[in-house]
Amino acid sequence: MAKGIFKSSLTKKYTMALTGLFLISFLVVHAAINAMIFFNDGGKTFNEWGHFMGTNLIVRTMEIGLFAGLILHIVDGLVLYFQNRAARPVKYAYEKPSASSQWYSRSMAILGTLILLFLVIHLKDFWLKTRITELTGNKHMYINGVWMENLYSEMRLVFSELWVVILYVVGCFSLFWHLLHGFRSAFQSMGWSQGQYKEIIGLSGDAFSVVISALFASMPIAMYLNLVH
Amino acid sequence: MELINKIPDGPLDQKWTKYKNTARLVNPANKRSIEVIVVGTGLAGSSAAASLAEMGYKVKALCFQDSPRRAHSIAAQGGINAAKNYMNDGDSTYRLFYDTIKGGDYRAREANVHRLAEVSANIIDQCVAQGVPFARDYGGLLDNRSFGGTQVSRTFYAKGQTGQQLLLGAYSAMSRQIGKGNIQLLNRHEMLDLVVVNGKARGIIARNLVTGAIERHSAHAVVLCTGGYGNVFFLSTNAMGSNVTAAWRAHKRGALMANPCFTQIHPTCIPVSGDHQSKLTLMSESLRNDGRIWVPKFKEDAEAIRAKRLKPTELTEDRRDYYLERRYPAFGNLVPRDVASRAAKERCDAGFGVNATGEAVYLDFASAFERYGKQQATVKGLHNATQEEIIALGKKVVEEKYGNLFQMYEQIVAENPYETPMMIYPAVHYTMGGLWVDYELMTTIPGCYAAGEANFSDHGANRLGASALMQGLADGYFVLPYTIGNYLADEIRTGKISTDTPEFEEAENRIKKQIEALTQNNGTTPVDHFHKKLGKIMWDYCGMARNEEGLKFAISEIQKIREDFYKNVRIPGAINGMNPELEKALRVADFLELGELMCKDALERNESCGGHFREEYQTEEGEAQRVDDVYNFVAAWEYSGNPSTPNLHKEALVYENIKVQSRSYK
Amino acid sequence: MENGMNLTLKVWRQQNAEAPGQMVEYKLGNVSPDMSFLEMMDVLNDELIRRGEDSIAFDHDCREGICGMCSMFINGEAHGPNRGVTTCQLHMRSFKDGDTIFIEPWRSAGFPVIKDLMVDRSAFDRIQQAGGFISVNTSGRTMDANAIPVPKSDADKAFDAATCIGCGACVASCPNGSAMLFVGAKVSQFALLPQGQPERKERVENMVKQMDAEGFGNCSNIGACEVQCPKSISIENIGRMNREYLAANLKP
Repeated sequence: MAKGIFKSSLTKKYTMALTGLFLISFLVVHAAINAMIFFNDGGKTFNEWGHFMGTNLIVRTMEIGLFAGLILHIVDGLVLYFQNRAARPVKYAYEKPSASSQWYSRSMAILGTLILLFLVIHLKDFWLKTRITELTGNKHMYINGVWMENLYSEMRLVFSELWVVILYVVGCFSLFWHLLHGFRSAFQSMGWSQGQYKEIIGLSGDAFSVVISALFASMPIAMYLNLVH
Repeated sequence: MELINKIPDGPLDQKWTKYKNTARLVNPANKRSIEVIVVGTGLAGSSAAASLAEMGYKVKALCFQDSPRRAHSIAAQGGINAAKNYMNDGDSTYRLFYDTIKGGDYRAREANVHRLAEVSANIIDQCVAQGVPFARDYGGLLDNRSFGGTQVSRTFYAKGQTGQQLLLGAYSAMSRQIGKGNIQLLNRHEMLDLVVVNGKARGIIARNLVTGAIERHSAHAVVLCTGGYGNVFFLSTNAMGSNVTAAWRAHKRGALMANPCFTQIHPTCIPVSGDHQSKLTLMSESLRNDGRIWVPKFKEDAEAIRAKRLKPTELTEDRRDYYLERRYPAFGNLVPRDVASRAAKERCDAGFGVNATGEAVYLDFASAFERYGKQQATVKGLHNATQEEIIALGKKVVEEKYGNLFQMYEQIVAENPYETPMMIYPAVHYTMGGLWVDYELMTTIPGCYAAGEANFSDHGANRLGASALMQGLADGYFVLPYTIGNYLADEIRTGKISTDTPEFEEAENRIKKQIEALTQNNGTTPVDHFHKKLGKIMWDYCGMARNEEGLKFAISEIQKIREDFYKNVRIPGAINGMNPELEKALRVADFLELGELMCKDALERNESCGGHFREEYQTEEGEAQRVDDVYNFVAAWEYSGNPSTPNLHKEALVYENIKVQSRSYK
Repeated sequence: MENGMNLTLKVWRQQNAEAPGQMVEYKLGNVSPDMSFLEMMDVLNDELIRRGEDSIAFDHDCREGICGMCSMFINGEAHGPNRGVTTCQLHMRSFKDGDTIFIEPWRSAGFPVIKDLMVDRSAFDRIQQAGGFISVNTSGRTMDANAIPVPKSDADKAFDAATCIGCGACVASCPNGSAMLFVGAKVSQFALLPQGQPERKERVENMVKQMDAEGFGNCSNIGACEVQCPKSISIENIGRMNREYLAANLKP
């Protein structure tokens, strides 16, 4: 392997793509487990999975990787942002970027920042409470004889406030646009979006962005409207 | 001055081999201390620069464009000829040689042309090895098509961008040598004078177009690959920057200019649309493979079409005159360029032109759509295809072959050529004349070479289609690398050439003075005004048809324009920086002298041959009439110090292998 | 010509690389719809010279869309509003009477302005010099051109990549100022042909390295380049380069 690769613009691309795909895979797991609330069993299934995720050694180890990936994605993104700005020291007096590209493709940095802000709040609402401080609602429940943290009740508590729900929906919206570009972009960066695969990847990316974001957004809304029990 | 062409003795097909076997060589250690300047980076220039650098010479390459890749060879569309006989249609080296001599109306040197035909096949091998993506058939092998003036398919192509692909190939070879430090690239540099020391070319004076600095560059040999001078007509298919300056300045330093009146008017160009027109766009000759040329048979139809009362597609077959097929049944639409151009002019002059100005004929693809469509339907097993389906299939095939040309046409004319026939008219395209060179491509100044379109040697009085690319690359890749060594073998003891000599001093001062005079002149008129005026005179009196009276008139007019130019031209901007108007003025100053020489040459040649058509010398059917017993020579003009009184030297053309006949494509 | 269009032109004027520049407004009347955009600029320059002002410097040469020299950013788009054409192929019929047209040079750290609308694109040449070639000397003794058949689809794809005219519209229109479409096209042409195989690894490594050294931005797959490319070069070529570079670096 050539030494130059670590400094190369293409390596930044691969880093962005691979960490992005890794984060996408996390989103799948996250969304799938959270969707357990829709079983309408008082959070039993959801809490069981939450307990598994919180106690399993492999999952806990991967969590470190997840944070590393996230940080790498953010740092790489910032580096790209500033390098790209420097690549055009004098701006155009008149630009018409909408003629040839999508606004969200050009706004990945701002969308990413919005997601990051959301993420801080989101982590404070849930992750911080389960890992470092403690839950605020009905803290625990017995399921099949095991004493588990009651994340379900925490969710109900958090999503009882309208402004929080709105904040979460806005966060999901940012995620949607970020994914709409990010998904297919990751495949393009790796050089996998070629020939007959190009269209399939593009359509899958569109579908994925819609499904994942809608699924996440539906949770606070459903809880706020008491649609889950 | 006696013109010695240095053609080797022996049978025609062994001359080049014999030459190569006996030419002197320069050993690798000596090559490293020998410098060569190559001016121009088109096919000839970039291939020469790359090859010479690969051999070990220290090369400096100049181009006025921002990158060598932009030289106007890039715009060549249709293809490159080579005697490969991949099609098994009877082609051979001899046949390519014969077609070229005949196509040139028996005014080219046998030995040069045979050498060209010999190396043609190597060019294709070389280009493919460089990664040039020529068109291929489904078996993965190279495809060919036909061009004018031949009855075989020997033209290799890359859609309508053959010149681009070949130039990028040569440019990549050159880039490799630049990367290795064997070539020093001087882009945005224009050569303004040749420096001759003790009778030998020893360097050049160039202007750095970005800084305006006048620079001295010395070398043991100078190779001019600066293209043709078609822009003397202002409107031509040449690039805006194409110019004669390097060649003309060499001419003024003692290089003879040969056959300057031999210009090629290309039959298929997009007609002029208005006074604002800055250049003309070629529609490749390859289109004549599939397009049929016609005008209305009856004047009332032509008038109705001009008044836009009638559409060409509404005209039935019996009211159309496919005049090339009618006059030249053997070659039909694929007659050579000079013949096709004159035939178009003849019809338009007679009142059958089809656009508002009356100077356009149709190039129609309707029958090609049908022919290819039927073929495709058969291939696809569609036995009951409707006429519309067939036409649609046919259009796809045509699009595959010429898509970019059709798109280009639509951009300019705002008409869809898939729906209505193209309108075309002849335009200035190429100049067969150029610096006189011997068999070694050396001009009459020792150490100064000319290659590609800049020299005169291979195309006689008319060039066949797809032969310019062939000649440019042949000269650069396969001829110069051998012949230049024969001269440089004597230069191994010369050592580094100083630029600090009176000759460089004098040349530099002369240029500086010229620039000062032009810029400090209190004129009021932009350069283009004079250029357009010159162009109009040239087109009207020294274009597709010439006569004694017109040429004499043109000569006096050009002298007047020249005088007016120096009095009234205005060049804004600074001299010590980028100044496009100054660049233009320096070029137009030379065109204003060359134009007169072209008219003189045309006046001197009392015959019609190839692109040179003197109205006084034609057959009853209006075909060109040569006068072989008097004019079977190359007219080489020597600069006398006054552009109006050049001295004529003649090199007799000797035909030992081909019987000189009157050219017939009937 | 009577009844031509009246236009307001806002043009970037800058004396040289060091001087500051600014947008300057010009009025131009009687513009024929049949003129090319550059012919309109010729007419403006003619007026400027007759008025005793300095003409506007802009790059142009072939004026038939193939040399890649013309390079104007017109109304916020590289080579203007039409697709698949260069500035010289753009005709005034694409505009209407009374229009205001902004005309600016390519903007990129890799393309410093020389004067007015002219920029220095020699960075592209240096990228080519780093590896945009197949190392074969002139000899006339290479193997026969038909010795290696090339599947038509590969030859066609290589050709499509090779039609790049090196104008720099991709860089100019990329919000990141990236040159990857240009580099991707050249890498692809050779990667697709059998002749390009021996140097495949070194070529992509060296060209990417030079590209990065020239100050161009990074590609984030926005896709403006392929839309604005006058030769409609596909960003699949960037994808191919990405793959080539990765493969080159994973191979020992």
